Amino acid sequence: MSTTTRNAAAGGASPDNPIYRRRVWINRFNLAMSVGTMAFGMVFLLWILAVLFSKGFAAVGTAMFTQMTPPPGSDGGLANAIVGSLIIVGAAIFIATPIGILAGIYLAEVGRESKIARVTRFINDILLSAPSIVIGLFVYTMIVANVKHYSAWAGAVALAIIAVPVIVRQTENMLQLVPNSLREAAVALGAPQWRVVLMVTLRAVKGGVVTGVLLALARIAGETAPLLFTALNNQFWSTDLKAPMANLPVVIFQFAMSPYEEWQRLAWGGALLITLAVLLLNIVARTLFRQGKH
Amino acid sequence: MTPDAADKRDNSFALQDKLFAGTTQFFALLVLLTLLGIIASLFVGAWQTLVQTGPGFFTSGAWDPVRKAFGGLAPIWGTLITALIALLVGVPVSFGIAVFLTEMCPPILKRPLGTAVELLAAIPSIIYGMWGLFVFAPLFAETLQPLMINTLGKLPLVGILFQGTPMGFGVFTAGLILAVMIIPFIAAVMRDVFETTPPILKESAYGLGATTWEVVWNVVLPYTKAGVIGGIMLGLGRALGETMAVTFVIGNAYNISAQLFEPGNSIASALANEFNEASDPAHLSALITLGLTLFVLSFIVLAASRLMLAKLSAKEGKRT
Repeated sequence: MSTTTRNAAAGGASPDNPIYRRRVWINRFNLAMSVGTMAFGMVFLLWILAVLFSKGFAAVGTAMFTQMTPPPGSDGGLANAIVGSLIIVGAAIFIATPIGILAGIYLAEVGRESKIARVTRFINDILLSAPSIVIGLFVYTMIVANVKHYSAWAGAVALAIIAVPVIVRQTENMLQLVPNSLREAAVALGAPQWRVVLMVTLRAVKGGVVTGVLLALARIAGETAPLLFTALNNQFWSTDLKAPMANLPVVIFQFAMSPYEEWQRLAWGGALLITLAVLLLNIVARTLFRQGKH
Repeated sequence: MTPDAADKRDNSFALQDKLFAGTTQFFALLVLLTLLGIIASLFVGAWQTLVQTGPGFFTSGAWDPVRKAFGGLAPIWGTLITALIALLVGVPVSFGIAVFLTEMCPPILKRPLGTAVELLAAIPSIIYGMWGLFVFAPLFAETLQPLMINTLGKLPLVGILFQGTPMGFGVFTAGLILAVMIIPFIAAVMRDVFETTPPILKESAYGLGATTWEVVWNVVLPYTKAGVIGGIMLGLGRALGETMAVTFVIGNAYNISAQLFEPGNSIASALANEFNEASDPAHLSALITLGLTLFVLSFIVLAASRLMLAKLSAKEGKRT
C-alpha cells in the first residue's frame, strides 16, 4: 500500500497522471471563465456608454442649454431643469457638508470607541446604502405633507440625507489615517482639542475630506427616486426654493417614459449630461485623493 | 504668566473642549435621529393600513385602489424575485471579476480595470433604466427571449419559469438589469477582501503545488468567507431598494406569477409610479406600508452585511 501511495506522489507532477491532468483542466477552465466574466462586465460598461454617447450627443445643442422644457410633441431644451438640478444639488451639499464633517470628527476624534460612536458608525454604514426612495417617502411625510406642497427645499433635504453618510464615512476614514504623534505634538504645545482637530488633524487630511464631498456630490447628482415625491417637477423657469422645481433626473424619467420622440431625445441628452458630470466628479475626486496620499 | 492666569486659561480650554465635544456629538446624534425618524415616520404613515388590514396586507395579492382593496403581496413578491435573479446572475460574475483582478490581471491593467468597475458603479441608475427600456428590452425580445421560451420553456418543472410572450420587459429583464447594476458593487468588495489574504498563506499553497484555482477556492475564499458574504448582502441590499432601473422595465402590473417573462411590480416601482397620484388616505397609507416593508427588509440585509464585513476586519486586526 505504501508503495502505491509513493508512486502516486512521485507521479503527481507528471503530465500523464489523470488526477494532475484533471486539476490542470479545471484550473484552465475556471480561469478562462474568470476572464470571460471580466469581459462580460466590460462589454456592458462599453455598451451602455456607447448607447448613451451616440444618442446623447445627437440631442446636445445650444437649444438644450437655452430653451425651457417643452410641452409634449414640440422641441425645446432643458435650461430650467439644468439650473434646477444645480440649485437643488448645491443646497443639498451645502446642508450635508458641515453635518457630515462634524459627525465624522466626532467618530474619529471625540467619541472614538464609545458606545454612541459605535452605534452611529453602524447606523451610518446602513444609511449609506438605504433605499433612496424610502428617504424620499420620509421627507414627504415630514415636510411635504406638513406644508402641503412640494418644494425644492424638500428635494434638497432628501438629497442631503443621502449625502451625509458618504461624507461622514470618508471624513472618519481620513482622520484615522493621521498618526497619533501629530495629535500628541499639538497637545504637548498646550492646544485644546478643538484646535488640535481643526488646525492640525483636519488640515492634514484636507484633500481626503474634499474627496468625500465630491463623491457625495457624484452620488446625489443622478439620484431620481428621492426627488419624485419632494421637488417634483416644474415645466417653467423657477428659482424659488419654496416651490416645485424642475430638475434633470425627474425630467429624464418623465420624458423617457413618454411616447413623444422629442421628449425621448431630450431625455437622452439630459442623461448624457448627468453621466458626464458624475464620471467627471469621480475622476477628479480620485486624482485629488491620490495626490493627497503622496 | 501668573499661576492664576494659567488656571483661568485651563478652565477656559476645558470649557471650549466641552463645547467642541458637545457640538460634534450633536451632529453624530443627528445621523442616529435620521434613522429613528425614518422608521417612526413610516410607522405613523403605515398605521392606518396596519390596523385596518393587519397581517392580511402581506398575504393578499389584491391591489385595487378603486375598490379600496390593498394587498401588498404582488410588489413584495416582485421585489424578492427580481433581487434573487440579480444575485443568481450577479454573484458568479462578480466572483469571476474579483478573481481576475486579484489573481490573474497583468499589473499594468489592474488599476484601469479596477477603476472601470468602480465607474460602472457610479453611473446613475436611471441610465441603466433607460438603456434597459430602449436598447436591451427590444433586443432581448427579438433574439434571446424567443429562444429561451422554445428551449428552456419546454423543460419539465423549471419550464414554467420561462414561458410567456416575448415582450422584452418583465420581471426577468428587471432582474437582469439589476444584476448588471450590482455586479460592480459586489465585485469591488470581493476584490478588496481577497486582497486581505496574507500572501504567505497563498504562497504556502502554491508551494505545495496547488493550481491558481485551488488557491482561490481552498485558501482565499475560506479565509475571506465573511467578507464575501458581506459583499453579497450589500449587493442584495442595493437590489432590493433600487427604483429607477427596475421601474423602466418591469412592466408595472400587480401580478404574482411564476412566469418570469410576465410583467410584474416591485415595491420601489409601485411607489415611484403611484405615490404622487394617490390622494385617498387609505391608498397613501398602503403605499407607505410598502415603503416600511422595503426599509425593514433592506435594514436587516444591510445590518447583516455590515456585521459580516466587521467580522473579517476584526480577524485582520488580530493578525497584525
